[in-house]
Amino acid sequence: MADAVTPEAAPPPPPPPDWRTSPKLVTARFGSEEAKTLAGYEKQGGYQALRKALGMKPEDITAEVKASNLRGRGGAGFATGVKWGFVPKDAQEVHLVVNADESEPGTCKDRELMYWDPHLLIEGIVIAAYALRARHNYIYIRGEMMREYAVLVKAVEEAYARGYLGKNILGSAHECQLTVHRGAGAYICGEETALLNSLEGKRGQPRLKPPFPAIKGLFNDPTIVNNVETIMNVPFIVDKGGAWFAALGPGRSGGTRIVCVSGHVNKPGVFELPMTITMRQIIDEVCGGVWKGRKAKAVIPGGVSMPPLLESELDVPSEFDALQTDPRIHPVEVRPGQLFDLGGGRNLRTMAGSGGIVVLDDQADIPMAIWRIMKFFAHESCGQCTPCREGTGWLEKVSRRVAFGAGKPGDLDLLSSIAHGIAGNTICALGDAAAWPMLGFLTKFRADFEAKLPQRAGVAA
Amino acid sequence: MSLEFSADAQKKITALRERYPTSQPVVLAALHLAQKEHGYLSDEALQLVARTLDLPYAHVFGVATFYTMFRREPAGKNVLRICTNISCMLRGGYDVLAAFEKKLGVKKGGTNGEFTIVEEECIAVCANAPAIVCGTRYFLDVEPGQVDAILDELRKTPRPEGEVV
Repeated sequence: MADAVTPEAAPPPPPPPDWRTSPKLVTARFGSEEAKTLAGYEKQGGYQALRKALGMKPEDITAEVKASNLRGRGGAGFATGVKWGFVPKDAQEVHLVVNADESEPGTCKDRELMYWDPHLLIEGIVIAAYALRARHNYIYIRGEMMREYAVLVKAVEEAYARGYLGKNILGSAHECQLTVHRGAGAYICGEETALLNSLEGKRGQPRLKPPFPAIKGLFNDPTIVNNVETIMNVPFIVDKGGAWFAALGPGRSGGTRIVCVSGHVNKPGVFELPMTITMRQIIDEVCGGVWKGRKAKAVIPGGVSMPPLLESELDVPSEFDALQTDPRIHPVEVRPGQLFDLGGGRNLRTMAGSGGIVVLDDQADIPMAIWRIMKFFAHESCGQCTPCREGTGWLEKVSRRVAFGAGKPGDLDLLSSIAHGIAGNTICALGDAAAWPMLGFLTKFRADFEAKLPQRAGVAA
Repeated sequence: MSLEFSADAQKKITALRERYPTSQPVVLAALHLAQKEHGYLSDEALQLVARTLDLPYAHVFGVATFYTMFRREPAGKNVLRICTNISCMLRGGYDVLAAFEKKLGVKKGGTNGEFTIVEEECIAVCANAPAIVCGTRYFLDVEPGQVDAILDELRKTPRPEGEVV
C-alpha cells in the first residue's frame, strides 16, 4: 500500500541467492552428535578460527566484525561491530555477556544452536572476548532450558580442560573465564539491562539508559551483551573475513539469518536462509505453504512483539531494513487514519525482530490470538513502570472480553488508547512490545475485532 | 526449624562464589539448589540462602518471588511445563493442557504430588508445537491422545527439575 506521509525508497533488489543452495554457517552442524563433543568439533575444523584470531590484533577483529555488517540477532538488529566499538579504550575490566534467555514467543533458534553446537558458541565467545579484552564472561541461559544448560556446562568444562578457556589460551596472553549462569523464569531478563540485574543476583528489572551497558554494565564495568546467534557468527567472520560475510547478505545486513517458522504451515522449522528471501517464499517454498490448503491471513515476522503483515504484504524480503521501511507494508495506525509516530515522524511498519515467524491461516481467530499475546505481556511485565504494569493488564482484560464475545462498544478505541499510552513511556521496550502488536493487529484486522463486538442496540435481533 | 544445604550443594555454592566479585550473583543458583534439596522455597529455605550468601532476607525474598520457576509450596516430582503461547495455541496447545488437567484431575498451577501442571509461556520449541518441557525432557508435536504415553514414560523415568542444578 502507498504511504502518503513519509515516502521512503525501498532498497534496490539484489540478485537473490537460491535458499536451497545458499551457505549454512551456524546451523551446519545441526543433527551431528559428533560435533557436540570437543573432539568431534575439533575434527570438523573447530577452534581454528580462534587460533587465527589470537594472531590478530584485538582492534582488527572488531574492524572485521564492523566490515561484516553483522547485526544483532536477538531482536533489535543493531550493528555488532559498532556496539563493540562503544567500549571505552581505557577500560580496566570489560565483560562479554551472551544473552541466551530466548523467550520471545515464536522464537526457537538459540535453544537449538546451543544444543547442537555448544563449542561454536564458546569459540565465538573466546574470540569476541579477545577483541573486547574481556576476561570474566558469562552465558545467561534461560532457566527452563535445563537440557541446554547441561550441554553448555559440559562443553565449558571440556574447553577449560583443553585450554580454550582460562588463562594463557593457546599460549597467548589472552585470559577468558566463562561461567554459565542460569536464570529462573522471566521473559524480561532477555532485555539486556534486566539480564545484567538478574546476573548480579537482583530481580530482573531493566535499568534506565543511558548509561548503556557498553559504558556501565555488569558490576558497573563496560559490558557487551550479544545474542547467541550473533556470537556464533563471529568465528566465520574471523575465518573468512568481514567482506566475505557482508557479501552474503543484502545492503547493511551481512551474513545469513535464522528464521523460526511456526503456526499454520505444513513444515514448521528452524531454517538458516539468505536475507533476500521474501516472507512469501519462506512460507510457500521453505515451509511447504499454509496448512490444509488455506491462505495466510496474518504473519508475525519477528516474534510477537512485532506488528503483523497482511497476506498482501508478504512479497517483502525478510531482511532487517526491508521490514522496517518497505512502502508495500502499511504503517501501523493509532486509530483509523492516524499513523503511529515512532518518534521524529517515523512510521512503524514492522521489524525482523528475533526471526520468529508465526503464520495464522485465513480461518484463524485474530482477536483470540491477540488476547493470548496480551496475556503473555501482562504476565511478563516486571511491574517497574506504571504504564506497562497497569496497561498490559488492561490490554489483557479488554482484549479477552472482546475475544470471548463480551466486548463493549468503544472497546477497540479503548485498546488503542491504552496501547498508545504505553508506547514510548516506559524504561524498557517491553511496553512497546505489547503496544505494537496490539496497534498493528487493530490497524490491519479491525473488521475481525468489530465482528466480535455485540451488535449495536436496535440492530440485534 | 533451621535448614541446611547438603555438602554437595555447599561445595557447588563455594565454587560458584569464585566466579563473581560478590556473593549476590550466586543467589539464583543457591535458590535453585535450595528448591532441589528442600522441595520448595519455604521461609526457612529463603533464610538458608540469605544466611549462606550473607544477604538480607528481604533481598532473597524479593528475588525468589520475582522468578516463576521458584515455588513457595511443594510440587510434584515431575513439573509439566505445557506451553499455550501463540505458536502452541495455534496447533492445539490448550487442548493438550486440558487433556492433562482432565487425566490427572489437577488444574494448571496445581499438583497431585506426582505431577505438577504449569501453563508455561513460550518455551522456544515453536517449530514443534504444541510442546511440553519436563526437566531435561522435551515432548514435541504433542497431541491430546498422547497424554497416557507421556505420563507413563515420566512415571518410569521421572525428570525432576533439580536434575541439572
